[in-house]
Amino acid sequence: MKKIIYLDNAATTRTRPEVAEAMLPYFTEFYGNPSSVYDFSTPAKKAVQEAREIIAGSIGAQAREIYFTGCGTEADNWALKATADAYREKGNHIITSKIEHHAILHTCEYLEKHGFEVTYLDVDENGVVKLEQLKKMIRPTTILISIMFANNEIGTIQPIREIGEIAREHDILFHTDAVQAYGHLPIDVDALHIDMMSASGHKINGPKGVGFLYIRTGVKIRSFMHGGAQERKRRAGTENVPGIVGFGKAAQLAMPAMEERARCEGELRDYLMDRIMEEIPYTRINGDRTNRLPNNANFAFQFIEGESLLIMLDSKGICGSSGSACTSGSLDPSHVLLAIGLPHEIAHGSLRLTLSEENTKEEMDFVVDSIKEIVQGLRNMSPLYEDFMKKQER
Amino acid sequence: MYTEKVMDHFEHPRNVGEIENPSGMGTVGNAKCGDIMRIYLDIDENQIIRDVKFKTFGCGAAVATSSMATELVKGKSVQEAMKVTNQAVMEALDGLPPVKVHCSLLAEEAIHAALWDYAQKNGIEIEGLEQPKSDISEHDEDEEY
Repeated sequence: MKKIIYLDNAATTRTRPEVAEAMLPYFTEFYGNPSSVYDFSTPAKKAVQEAREIIAGSIGAQAREIYFTGCGTEADNWALKATADAYREKGNHIITSKIEHHAILHTCEYLEKHGFEVTYLDVDENGVVKLEQLKKMIRPTTILISIMFANNEIGTIQPIREIGEIAREHDILFHTDAVQAYGHLPIDVDALHIDMMSASGHKINGPKGVGFLYIRTGVKIRSFMHGGAQERKRRAGTENVPGIVGFGKAAQLAMPAMEERARCEGELRDYLMDRIMEEIPYTRINGDRTNRLPNNANFAFQFIEGESLLIMLDSKGICGSSGSACTSGSLDPSHVLLAIGLPHEIAHGSLRLTLSEENTKEEMDFVVDSIKEIVQGLRNMSPLYEDFMKKQER
Repeated sequence: MYTEKVMDHFEHPRNVGEIENPSGMGTVGNAKCGDIMRIYLDIDENQIIRDVKFKTFGCGAAVATSSMATELVKGKSVQEAMKVTNQAVMEALDGLPPVKVHCSLLAEEAIHAALWDYAQKNGIEIEGLEQPKSDISEHDEDEEY
């Protein structure tokens, strides 16, 4: 196998060997169903509880406020649909932003078809929600504000505390999709006035197939999965014990290392961004230069198309992602890049690289050299570049 | 996701470039939906395509179909070039993923646009050739595929 330089950690991360190891006994040894009565199931029951406590502790919550789900998307769906259902008598208005993940946006579209009204807030050129607009959009019927903690494409971190305060002042529930932020940024649900929060295991070196929804005590949210009495009767279905154990382990490892990891990834990311901006003309950085996830870099290379770039990078063993239409299977480029005001043709030339602490400076050098060569090659092939250069000559 | 032939033509595209004072040139697609193709033709007095070059802004499939289309028309007569349909380009590439079929349509259109330009310049008519909808077309933007 050729050497892989993995720079798509916003898509998913490597499960840590310690995490996989912690999970294994819950497949083959302690495989009892946590709901069973006999002693044999006690280790499974205990392990789930321990994971719940670790995760609760990591965000300043209580264990009983953590509900395990199958993924971050499920947590988002649950938060929105069940809130809409439970608070219908209070109102039918939801506020979110234009740059949310599709797990939120498509759920909102679904709710719109079922009698709810949704306001999609604009963002500024760096992808930050406009607080003044948020305040203006609040109606007596607003039941929920859902704004992501940090954006999955451009990494921009939202003013969560301020949004939480606004929600609290108006007695509106506040949900945040923290799938990209949990384990990467410090989060305290009380200090930030968060009522509900979604997160996912595989974004923090945990396993795929497990997420959680934090629901503050007192929030009237109904069950989403109906069946058994698991998760305090709110999320039926036999617990994914190995997955939950793995998620707990990953959180346990991530929390104390967060600061050091952010510093490490941030330095490497800044080195990557600086070299690219210095050495490749007609390039821009998407998202805020500093107020962003420490491992996220997002570029737009003018005159080229992102999928071509990705395939060329792949042939060199470099894994990245793009907001170009061709990678989404639609004709439109990323809604996030359009929301920050990028013209279509520039949004098509975007490249997202998301680092991990395992990346090295040597890898970054190889990546920059490769991108330089590929971008120039694609530009030489591009009629847009040809036209631009001819205009310059005039 | 792509066939070996598509990858080959994407990674080693044939006939990339420009022709100075071309007999015909056509540009189709638009940057908004992410694909632009430009074809340059050098056609001799016997209506044989002596040389062809292309430039493309677009995904792997767009580049590969441009490259293959140029290969298919090179050395052919203008009439033969009219027979290079999107189907022919796709077949020559051993197929394209369904979402990329519109790229092969663009290659056919680009050739037709360049031939139209040639016909206009020389005051001739090419059987079966219609005026391209616009040089940089907007029309396939909302096309379902």
